[in-house]
Amino acid sequence: MPLPSNLEDVQREVIKYVEEFNLDPFPVIFELCDFDQLYEIASYGGFPTRYPHWRFGMIYDHLSKGYKYGLQKIYELVINHDPCYAYLLKSNDIVDQKLVMAHVYAHSDFFKNNALFQSTNRKILEKMANHSTKVRELSDRFGIDRVEGFIDVCLTIENLIDPYVTGNYEAYCNSEEKSRHPEATFRHPEAQPRHPEAQPKDLSQIIRTKNETIEKLPKERDVVRFVIDNAELEDWEIEILSMIREESYYFAPQTMTKIMNEGWASYWHSKIMTERALKNKEVIDYAEHHAGTLAIIPGQINPYKLGLELFRDIEERWDRGKFGKEFDECGSYDERQKWNLRRGLGREKIFEVRKIYHDVSFIDTFLTEDFCFKQKYFTYSYNRRSGRYEVIDRDWKKVKEKMLFGLTNLGRPIIYVIDGNFEGKKELLLSHAHIGVDLKIDEAKDALAAVHKIWKKPVHIVTEVSGQKKLLTFTGEEHRERNI
Amino acid sequence: MVLKIDRDLNRFQEIIKGRIKRNLKKYVSKGEMIGKVGNDVVTIPLPQIEIPQFRYAMQQTGGIGQGDGEAGTPVGFDSEDGSGAGEAGNLPGQHILEVDVSLEELATMLGDELELPKILPKGSSRILAEREKYSSVYHAGPESLIHFKRTFKEALKRQISSGEYDENDPMIIPIKQDKRYRAAKRTERPQNNAVIIYMMDVSGSMGDEQKEIVRITSFWIDTWLRSQYDGLDTRYIIHDAAAKEVDRETFYHTRESGGTLISSAYRLCNQIIDAEYPVCDWNIYPFHFSDGDNWSGEDTKQCVDFLKAEILPKSNIFCYGQVESRYGSGQFIKDLGEHFQGSEVVMTSKIDNKDAIYTAIKTFLGKGK
Repeated sequence: MPLPSNLEDVQREVIKYVEEFNLDPFPVIFELCDFDQLYEIASYGGFPTRYPHWRFGMIYDHLSKGYKYGLQKIYELVINHDPCYAYLLKSNDIVDQKLVMAHVYAHSDFFKNNALFQSTNRKILEKMANHSTKVRELSDRFGIDRVEGFIDVCLTIENLIDPYVTGNYEAYCNSEEKSRHPEATFRHPEAQPRHPEAQPKDLSQIIRTKNETIEKLPKERDVVRFVIDNAELEDWEIEILSMIREESYYFAPQTMTKIMNEGWASYWHSKIMTERALKNKEVIDYAEHHAGTLAIIPGQINPYKLGLELFRDIEERWDRGKFGKEFDECGSYDERQKWNLRRGLGREKIFEVRKIYHDVSFIDTFLTEDFCFKQKYFTYSYNRRSGRYEVIDRDWKKVKEKMLFGLTNLGRPIIYVIDGNFEGKKELLLSHAHIGVDLKIDEAKDALAAVHKIWKKPVHIVTEVSGQKKLLTFTGEEHRERNI
Repeated sequence: MVLKIDRDLNRFQEIIKGRIKRNLKKYVSKGEMIGKVGNDVVTIPLPQIEIPQFRYAMQQTGGIGQGDGEAGTPVGFDSEDGSGAGEAGNLPGQHILEVDVSLEELATMLGDELELPKILPKGSSRILAEREKYSSVYHAGPESLIHFKRTFKEALKRQISSGEYDENDPMIIPIKQDKRYRAAKRTERPQNNAVIIYMMDVSGSMGDEQKEIVRITSFWIDTWLRSQYDGLDTRYIIHDAAAKEVDRETFYHTRESGGTLISSAYRLCNQIIDAEYPVCDWNIYPFHFSDGDNWSGEDTKQCVDFLKAEILPKSNIFCYGQVESRYGSGQFIKDLGEHFQGSEVVMTSKIDNKDAIYTAIKTFLGKGK
């Protein structure tokens, strides 16, 4: 349902401020929804139509129960698209709608300008609808259970793509700022050449001997693509895998910029509301809503809060010249606090940051000791003796390290394809790049069995368990495990 | 309006119940949402299916929090999984609120999962009963239904925002636009006569802990059923070597100690049914809780015969919950299992500890049997 005229007025007002602050969004089309429509769309990842699959029903079950029991509420939904589509909850107060619109325009600006999004498909709405039609057709032809069953196994590998190589972002970053800010880089340290060179001949020999060498082999990060190109699949299976891969690439940048994107949107809704749009009578409702969005959730990071505070901190630092060699080397806390060179570069800097960073580089570059102290971040862990979670310490380096670990590769283990013709028998060899934390082995075995359903020949994965390199294998009949 | 998601939701629920796609059943986990009753944290069941993926083994490694406190200060939440940095990247855009949930609301939540099994339309009141519940708030209405708290809250908000409010001399005067009224919602539901007869073993072999578990279990069943079914009759029987009928209060608070003759309770139960609840007019649900330690095999045999001959033919379902026995054999549940194997009328459940209470309730009242 399109906006009634009073909300159209609100939209026009918000657009005025958006332009005044030099935000550069896609045009936004707002629609009003009832709670069940909004929650349906939310369950479909923001789209009015997705292919049929039970997991969307599961998400709906969880979201709607949370809403019914008053535990959580979704105010708005916005998708990365040109034009941008945004859905508003009909029952929101006017002041909520105003806030949400400001928030949405900032998201739209972020989608349009952040480097990671440059290669995403901005016309995916139609694609999603096509995918839906396709899956329904296939289900009619081959039966729901067979098609949905195949989707289930594909979901095991849906995240095994190469999220840091999503296109021409390097050129995009280089276009203006890169030369001035050499610390900003989008190339993830793990990023590898996309196409494996010819495989060394006797790979099994290498695995048996010494395993450092395995790291030096060419690797394919995009497991899904490799499987599509090399597995013995039926045409309809290829269609489904390709569809899932396309959607994964579309959604990946959003997950990789969650903190920045929500921080950016919160920064702007707060600025627009408090400095421009808010009427006196709306202050209390606005304050309550805003406080709710930024509330600290015990034991978790609130991405809205972290992102917003970090953008504000960056703006303040660049306004006052609190950066560079001289500032970094200043050891006096008082002096650092009072530091002010009146540089006035803050606004410019945050626009640049929103363009060329993602969550990992954002946290890595801008989360400072002072910030961590001011925001009172701590690491916690489970104390077996007292049977509860307890604060461990406030060492900012540990906080940062833990945050970055959770964000790198979206907090998931990095899995490569090493060989599609392992032992010369067309078997699939995967490798887990072990960076200090083991895989959940039981689940990895189930995952391996799922990969086997796609690959249809024995599948292997090299990993490490308690310091011991292992080769896990699923032959199709049984699981094997051996030390290497 | 029919939602597209209904098809997916339906399919998800079918999988959870194990009706379709049984290969996924092993990935079903018992997720839960946390609610609160008074100071107690309660959970709302939230089943989920997790597709296997390559994930980190990171149980209880903690995470990152924000706020005051020295090393060693407990983090203000209580949950099995330490979700911290690991999830920072993909938290959905929602706010988590803490809310108070009343007993009645809690029972309604359970209602999504539970039902009185095999209930049939019986009795004279086989009509749809209309109920009005004053659960909404409107801007207009009769003065008799004015919602004072909401009205004054609105007035306070208005006065603060317009600058009329003086905190040194607070005076809140609602005007017309502030007024809020309670409004009724109409619901229809079929009315079925049903009686629940609770029987509890209070003999000496039942320790305090066992009695506690039995009380909690029957308390929740009772609370839930009362919230769901109008005109529900409940009767309470306690027994050791002899059985007697008591009121609700006594049932939950009594402490006795003697030997155990389970048959005594069953006989009394049967007397009550015969005297007051003709089968043609009533759905009958006897619940019995005990530690399974009967006086003699002879009495157990009598119980079984009596169930077969008298109670089961009259009951919709007969539920037996057995708590862990510290002294006794816990034989009774095995005997029941032996004699009523495959019976659809007899449900038994072992309640070994407090954690098992929910499972037991689900066994008795879970949907989809």
